[in-house]
Order: sequence, then structure tokens, then C-alpha cells
Amino acid sequence: MSSPIVLLALVGVLYTAGVYLLLERSLTRVLLGVLVLGNATNVLVIVAGGPTGAAPLVGRAPEETMSDALVQALVLTAIVITLGVSAFLLALIHRAWTLDREDDLTEDTEDRSVRRRLARGEQEDEEELDTTGCENVGDTDPEDTETGPDPVRAAAGATGEDVR
Amino acid sequence: MNPGSSLLATLIPLPVLLPLLGAGLTLVLSRRPMLQRAISVAVLTVVVVIAALLLVTAVQSGPVVITVGSWPVPLGITLVVDPLSALMLLTSMSVTLAVLVYAIGQGVYDRDEATPITIFHPTYLVLAAGVANAFLSGDLFNLYVGFEVLLMASYVLLTLGGSRSRVRAGITYVVVNVVSSLVFLVGIALVYAAVGTLNLAQISTRMEQVPPGTALAIHLVLLTAFGIKAAVFPLSAWLPDSYPTAAAPVTAVFAGLLTKVGVYSIIRTETLLFPDSEVTQTVLLVAAGMTMLVGALGAIAQADIKRILSFTLVSHIGYMIFGIALATPLGVAGAVFYVVHHITVQATLFCVVGLIEGVGGSTSVTRLGGLAKASPLLALLWFIPAVNLGGIPPLSGFVGKLGLVQAGVVDGSVLAWTLVVVSVLTSLLTLYAVTKVWVLAFWRPADQIPVSEEPDQDEDEEADEGEEDVPDDRERTTGGLPGAPTPRSGVLTQVRPGTARTIARADANSGAEVDWPVARLAPTDGTPALSGRFLGAAGDTVSSSLPRVMTAATAALVVLGLSLTVAAGPLYAVAAQASDDLVARTPYIQAVFAQTVDDRVAR
Repeated sequence: MSSPIVLLALVGVLYTAGVYLLLERSLTRVLLGVLVLGNATNVLVIVAGGPTGAAPLVGRAPEETMSDALVQALVLTAIVITLGVSAFLLALIHRAWTLDREDDLTEDTEDRSVRRRLARGEQEDEEELDTTGCENVGDTDPEDTETGPDPVRAAAGATGEDVR
Repeated sequence: MNPGSSLLATLIPLPVLLPLLGAGLTLVLSRRPMLQRAISVAVLTVVVVIAALLLVTAVQSGPVVITVGSWPVPLGITLVVDPLSALMLLTSMSVTLAVLVYAIGQGVYDRDEATPITIFHPTYLVLAAGVANAFLSGDLFNLYVGFEVLLMASYVLLTLGGSRSRVRAGITYVVVNVVSSLVFLVGIALVYAAVGTLNLAQISTRMEQVPPGTALAIHLVLLTAFGIKAAVFPLSAWLPDSYPTAAAPVTAVFAGLLTKVGVYSIIRTETLLFPDSEVTQTVLLVAAGMTMLVGALGAIAQADIKRILSFTLVSHIGYMIFGIALATPLGVAGAVFYVVHHITVQATLFCVVGLIEGVGGSTSVTRLGGLAKASPLLALLWFIPAVNLGGIPPLSGFVGKLGLVQAGVVDGSVLAWTLVVVSVLTSLLTLYAVTKVWVLAFWRPADQIPVSEEPDQDEDEEADEGEEDVPDDRERTTGGLPGAPTPRSGVLTQVRPGTARTIARADANSGAEVDWPVARLAPTDGTPALSGRFLGAAGDTVSSSLPRVMTAATAALVVLGLSLTVAAGPLYAVAAQASDDLVARTPYIQAVFAQTVDDRVAR
């Protein structure tokens, strides 16, 4: 019966660490934060199932001494979901890395352009506005872009290929 | 329970199962696009029909319940169809079907051979299954699973193609939604610790014995989780950042459905689990007011139509929260009606933006002009849902807002009156935002579009040689900002008198975020084609070259929106009945517990 206190303390520590990691700008740390938070929540759900007991298998132990099987089923589901999401997030981060060679989340270009437009007065720099529209061609094929960041990125891309 | 409804009860799982089976089938048939399309459309059509049948049953004979696998009620998963969930299911599936047709028209799935776009159909169907599961679930954890299913699908749809802007938006979107799901899971853990069950009906009866402080804590945790998903103000910042980057049909279906699943969950939480909670009602009223105002003001500041619409989406969530927070039958009825109206109208507007993008080559009001002249049909398709959103009588937006204002006035408290004022003000601000789009993009003559000199000078060179001046063009557009993504490559946009923007080169379109099937047929010799027409259809008149399927799907949505106006009376009656049931709570709870007896007898 002492285990809930220990587990709850563990949940607290994990939440602290998870939130700290989640607020980082580096995407890898954000992913780690998500994983830690997911584990913390799973432990919390287990604690919600009440006191510990025997394994909930019929015939192994009297029914009163069994621990709650439902929370374990819930946590299994939650673990699978977290696994799937983490895999997807990892893929996204890898994609962001191959595109930009950057692990940090960049500022939203549209936010920036709105801010600048408001600072300069309306509609002066309208060329910068449309970053989400269909003219955003450079996005889909990295080979095709040749401006400012490109030589750097091409070089980095070459080395990146080697590493992989 | 009469035999007819028990027969219909067997239909309840189908809105979840059919799309999932369809998803598997379309995945297997990923090399047969025609078959894929046929299956997706057929599946969703059947689901719409089933949803309509369920709505009729639920309205006529009260909630219908089925226990999955015939486990007795508190143990097994229950699926419940009451008027609210049936209404939500019918509306959302109709919109999903229309948007699917739109997406087929757009050819979103095989536009770019480099990306695995064939997964569009399976993912889309999984999304539909998740939404249906969330609406039908009578169990808190099953609701969570429904959320996760639809979210997983939405992650994939949002990042379809994996372009830079979408990956960026996708990461924000995924992280925010994962966090909200975790908060939801914490709420589930707390509920289970407090009452020892996850069945909604059973929670609602047992929650009365829980000490008020504990109940409030659980309530607030659940509200936070659903608030993030529904994009209620302090938790709404993720939405306008992530939605606009996606392809037009994806944005349309997201805007229509995803936030509304959150709103639906809030309705359930407020009415079934935690009725008469003064504190949260105040919190929700304040949040509703802030959501409306901040969203509407945000919309005004934007120049990109997709972002304007994303902000109005956030803003109008506030109306629904307003109705829910009043917690009176009138208020909830207004909220339910408003949800139905808003799903339709917001999805329609995003579909129209997709068409605008095709005609004008941009979604930014600073780059568009003369669209009303270029395509009167498009102007009509934009105008009707836009003023509907703004709440011009006699359209359904007006009816919904009127119902909510009325509910607020009847409530009569200071906060409710404040909210009435705010909602009217928000309506005006929304109208201003959509009118700004109308005036700039549709009415403004194309030759008045502000444009810097360079493109005009480059025009001839561009036609002849194409390549050389492009780097200059983009050097200028990136503005030399460190780390700024390159906005585009190989595109030169120009103004032609009497038309909207011109997209000059064929290859400029091959990788565009959203384009049309015909765009690939664009002349390869660098001849600038006029937009306002589609590339490769130089001789066509404008109206006939609006892509037929997409226009038809959009028009169907507009008509659906209008039919909400025509059928506002009966629909409002259904909404009122749904809200009476919700506020009374007993029909839902009794229906679920009646099922326990039925099943035990049957065994």
C-alpha cells in the first residue's frame, strides 16, 4: 500500500522533466518530453487502478487480491498509441532535418510577415505574404531551389547523404 | 424498445466499421485509383444514409444503445445514438463525403509522384471512422480511442507530401494534440480513480457522490483537454498556424470536423457528467467571449484567406461555447444548431479557397483581384457562405446567432449580457473580415493590385528565357532573412489587366501545394498563361474552366448550407429536442442502463 506514494512521486518527477523538455526549442528534446509525459501519464493511470495485488489471471489468485485489470488494458492501449505517435513525430523531425538541417522549430513565416507588414504599414511588402499558397513551389522539391540558404544546404545535404 | 429500433441498433457500429474496412480495402487497392475513389465514395455514402436513419430513429424513439460484443453495460463498450450524436454524425459525414468528392476532383492523391499520395483515401476513411467513433461512443476511454484514431489520420493528412511548411506546421500540430491527449488521459485516470467506471452514463450517476472539489478538478482537467482540441481561446493558438498549410480539401474537412469533435465532447461533459457547475460555467463564458473576440481580431489582421478563415473558425467556436456555458435548454439548443451550421459553412469556405487558389494563383488578398469578373460563379460560391458566416439574415448563421443571443437574454445575468454584446460585435468583425476578402479579391480590378516594379520589367525576359531572372526574384522575396524558407522557385507572378495573377511557367506548377490536374498540361515553351483561366486551357472561357467536380462539390456544400436555412425550423426543433434530452440527462442514462437488462435477458 506504500507504492502509490512512491509512484505518485515518480509521476511528479516525470511530469516536471517532461514539461521542461517539451518547452525546449529543439525538436528532439520535444520528442523526449512527449515520451516522458506519456510514461508519466501511464503510471498515473496504473495508480488510478487502486492498490496493487496479484496478477489478474483467473485461477491464479483469489479475486479479491487481484489488481485491477482494466487500467492495465487502458495503459496498454495508451502505450501503443504513444508509440505510434512517437514514430510519426520522429519521422517528421527527420523530415524537417533533411529539409532544413535544423533541429529547432523555426518561427512561422506568416506570423513574421504579418508582424512586419503591420510595422511598416499595410501592403508594402506583399511579396512576402504568400507562404502557404500554391506558389510555394520550392517546398516540395528541395533540388529545385537555388537561393540564399541553398548552397549551404546542398553541401550539408551531400555530407548528410554520406553519413546515412 | 421496439423491434424497428433494435434492428436499427445493429446499424450503429457501421459508421465506425465501414470506413475502417474501406480504409483497408483502399490501401490494398492503392494501385487502382479509380477503384479507390469508388470505394471511398460508396462507403461514405452508405455511412451518410445510416446516419440519416439513426437520426430519424433517435428523434422519434429516443436514444438507441448497442453494447459491443454483448457485454453487460458497465463492463463492455457501449455505443449510444441520441439526437445530438446522430445529428453530429449526419452533418459531419455529409460534409466529409462532399469534401471527398472535392478532393477527387482536385486529384490531391496522385498530384506528385514523388510523394506517397495514394494513402490519401485510406487515411481519409480512417479519419471518418475516428470521428464517427467519437460521436457514438458511450464510454470515456472509447472516446479517447476515437480521438486518437482521428488524430493519427489527421497528422498524416496535414503533412501529406512532407513539404517544408507542412512539416513545420505538422510538428506543432502533433505536439499540441499529443499533449491534449495526454491531458485527456490524465482526466480518464482521475475519473476512474474517483468513480471506478468509464461508462459515461454510470459516471454521471456516480459523480454526484464525489466531493465537489474533486469533481471540479476532474471537470477542469477534461475541459482543458477538450478545450485544446476545440481551440477555445487560451488554448487555440495552434490552429491558425497549422491548418492553412494543408491542402484545401484537408483543411476543409479539418475545419469542419476536428474542432467540432472537441465541442461535442465539451457538450457531453457539461451536460451529462457535470451539470450545474457554477464555476466552470463562468470560466466557459469568459473563455467563450475571449475566443470570439481574439479570433475575430486575429482574422482582421491576416492577409491570407486561409488564415483569415482559420481565425474565424476559432472565433466562432466561441459561439458554441457560449451556448454550452449557459447550460439552459435554449443555450444548448443554440449551440447544437450552431455546430451543425458551422461545420457546413466553414468546410464550404475552405473548399472555395481551394478554388480561389486555382483561379487566382494565390490565397493572399494582397495578390488577388478581379476574381468577380474572372469567375462570377466563384464569386457567388464565396459570397453565400461568407455572408452566412457573418450572420446576415435570413441565412442559417443568423438563425444560430439569434438563438444564442436569445438564450443569453433569457439567462439575463451580467456575464450573459456581456456575451450577447460580444457575440454581436464578433458577428460584425467576422463580416468585416470576409467583406475585406470580398472587396480586395473579388471586387478590386486586377490592375489595381499593388505590385512592385521588378516583375513587370522581367516580363519579356521571363517569357523568352525563363530561368535567369528567377533567382533575383526570389532573393527579393525572401527579404534576406536568415533562415527564411524560400517561398517558391521558378515562379514569376504578374498582373495582367482584367485578370488575376499570372503563373508564368509550366514547371512552376508541377510541384505546387495545390494545383489542378490540367496544370500539368501547361505550355512548356514558357508562354505565360493567364490565370483566371487554367493553364493549358488558353482558349477556354473562365466559367467553363472552373474544374467541374470541385465546383460541383463546393456548390453541393453551398446548397447544403442553404438547406440548413430552409429547413431551419425542423432542424432547430431537432436541436431543441437534443438539448432537452441533454439537459434532462435521464433519457440517455436510462437508455444505457435499460440495455443491461436487455442483454442479460437475451443471454
